Amino acid sequence: MAQTESELLDNPVAGRPTLILRSPDFHSITEAVADPVERKTPLGWWFFFFPSLALLGLLGVAVSWLFWEGIGVWGLNVPVGWAWDITNFVFWIGIGHAGTLISAILFLFRQKWRTSINRAAEAMTIFAVMCALLFPGIHVGRVWVAYWMFPLPNQMGVWPNFRSPLLWDVFAVSVYGTVSVLFWYVGLIPDLAMMRDRATTRGRKFAYGLFALGWRGSMRQWHHYESAYLVLAALATPLVLSVHSIVSMDFAVSLLPGWHTTIFPPYFVAGAIFSGFAMVLTLMVICRTAFRLEHIVTLRHFDYMAKITLVTGSMVGFAYATEFFTAWYSGNPYEFFTFLNRAGGPYAWAYWIMVSCNVLSPQVFWFKKARTSIPILFVMSIIINIGMWFERFVIIVTSLHRDFLPSSWGYFTPTIWDISCLLGSFGLFFTMFCLFVRFLPMVATSEVKTVLPQADPHHGAAPQREVKEHRAALPRRVPAPGEA
Amino acid sequence: MPLLRPQLPTGPHYGILAEFATPADLYHACERVRDEGFTRWDAHTPFPVHGLDKAMGLRRSLLPWIVLAAGLTGAAGGFVLQWWVHASAYPLVISGKPYFAWPAMIPITFELGVLFAAFGAVLGMFALNRLPMHYHPLFKSKVFDRVTDDAFFISIESWDPRFDPTATGKLLESLGARSVELLES
Repeated sequence: MAQTESELLDNPVAGRPTLILRSPDFHSITEAVADPVERKTPLGWWFFFFPSLALLGLLGVAVSWLFWEGIGVWGLNVPVGWAWDITNFVFWIGIGHAGTLISAILFLFRQKWRTSINRAAEAMTIFAVMCALLFPGIHVGRVWVAYWMFPLPNQMGVWPNFRSPLLWDVFAVSVYGTVSVLFWYVGLIPDLAMMRDRATTRGRKFAYGLFALGWRGSMRQWHHYESAYLVLAALATPLVLSVHSIVSMDFAVSLLPGWHTTIFPPYFVAGAIFSGFAMVLTLMVICRTAFRLEHIVTLRHFDYMAKITLVTGSMVGFAYATEFFTAWYSGNPYEFFTFLNRAGGPYAWAYWIMVSCNVLSPQVFWFKKARTSIPILFVMSIIINIGMWFERFVIIVTSLHRDFLPSSWGYFTPTIWDISCLLGSFGLFFTMFCLFVRFLPMVATSEVKTVLPQADPHHGAAPQREVKEHRAALPRRVPAPGEA
Repeated sequence: MPLLRPQLPTGPHYGILAEFATPADLYHACERVRDEGFTRWDAHTPFPVHGLDKAMGLRRSLLPWIVLAAGLTGAAGGFVLQWWVHASAYPLVISGKPYFAWPAMIPITFELGVLFAAFGAVLGMFALNRLPMHYHPLFKSKVFDRVTDDAFFISIESWDPRFDPTATGKLLESLGARSVELLES
């Protein structure tokens, strides 16, 4: 199967790259996407759903205990005041970047292959942002006054400090979450209408119909719709770049060696896209097999995603090297000590896990065999996400655990509640994703249909080449009247 | 302004619905309907057919202007809020920085501009498209269920000045319609 598919993808006679295999008609796309949602719940779905739900329950327990007892249940303490909580936050918000990259930036660059994966990637973004928002919320300690983060008049008459990157972060992440939901919902409307029109029970017709808003596929509607989609893509593109830049400023604006560096914004954005694409790979490998979407999410899509992973992974590797160079070149002993300590100190094990997962292992994607092998892609995607989690851990914890005075040196060890919160956030993420694939069409059918050849209103007319030949045969200059 | 026009034709008939087999057939039929001078008509497709807005003679969407206005409102509001809080309502020295440290206010100004612009895009699109509109005479047609699947339609509404129940139906048939249906209001 894989062999024939790669042959099909490389067919030089086909001209333009074939994005969707088996030359389907419009109706078979509808069937392929709607069937997993309409079919009786498969046994395999429960196999994923129950463990996810169990982990979500664990999160509930861990967070309740945290609220009851206080932040002391976690392993963080002076000097490591930020540890797994902020690591998890940056990890999840980073994963949340691939969805918008795929749906907005690739849209602006007219990368039509995005249509097969954008819906699932956007859903992944929203669920990852939910997980990310959880951690700053719960690590504030006194959660009942978490509203102090918002610009609301409160009982003390004091306002939040808008000049602080931590407050920029509150705005950036919540705006990003909101805009991602809007973008995702606008994309869903035509497909919700499709589910409404196919519904066989009153309940489904009502539920899908309610959210489809009475969409009737009218060209006058599509006209404004396409305009809205383009505008949202143009807004989401700078937004997504701003979000991780602002997250990085939580660190870069401080004066701590290891954090106080101007490379952080681009370095964090590259890392975010890197980890996000890895998570898209993990999810799409499972989904395309489980829901038989191999002709819609093809090896070509994986090939492209692996290339983006290779590029962003190498950018991250370059940033690691630049950090080291700058630390040495600055001549600042504290700065240089921090980096020597990262690579050779008590957390060297974490540093070298990070380097081998993020920089060394993606280099296999130089080879097409690796980029189009499902098992290699799956294993690599998990390795990359382990590496990216460690990157955030290394940045946060190794910079903190050696303070300026040796009397303030420490070593962070996680407690069972740190581990429960991390595992529990995966429970939240996968529970949401399971519900998404069960109840909503996970491929944007109205977009996939546009990349089929017969969607072109001039399909079947004279090919471009013949028109060019015809034009070339015409006389260069129109003869004037009376001229021979 | 499309918003100010009444929404549905009155009278016994809503209009005529004609189905076409392919996007290409629909495209050429739309060009003809446009050139015949119809104004209150529409095409219905499962996906945005490329260039069909031109074949129908639609003007550019007004939406970008709505988005611009909303975005500027959000950005200005965000900036004024920060200035008011730090330089007017509760001036507080933090890290020895000036009260009106405007460069530090750019990130939130930007984020609020994007937030308002995104809401402007979505709500503006709903308003221009008159969504939500859960009832529509077109939904009474049996074949219209396939508009979100693989069917392509032209609907001409009965209040179009050039509408005639028989002649308009004949015209659509002559343009290659698979089926033509007269819909009740």
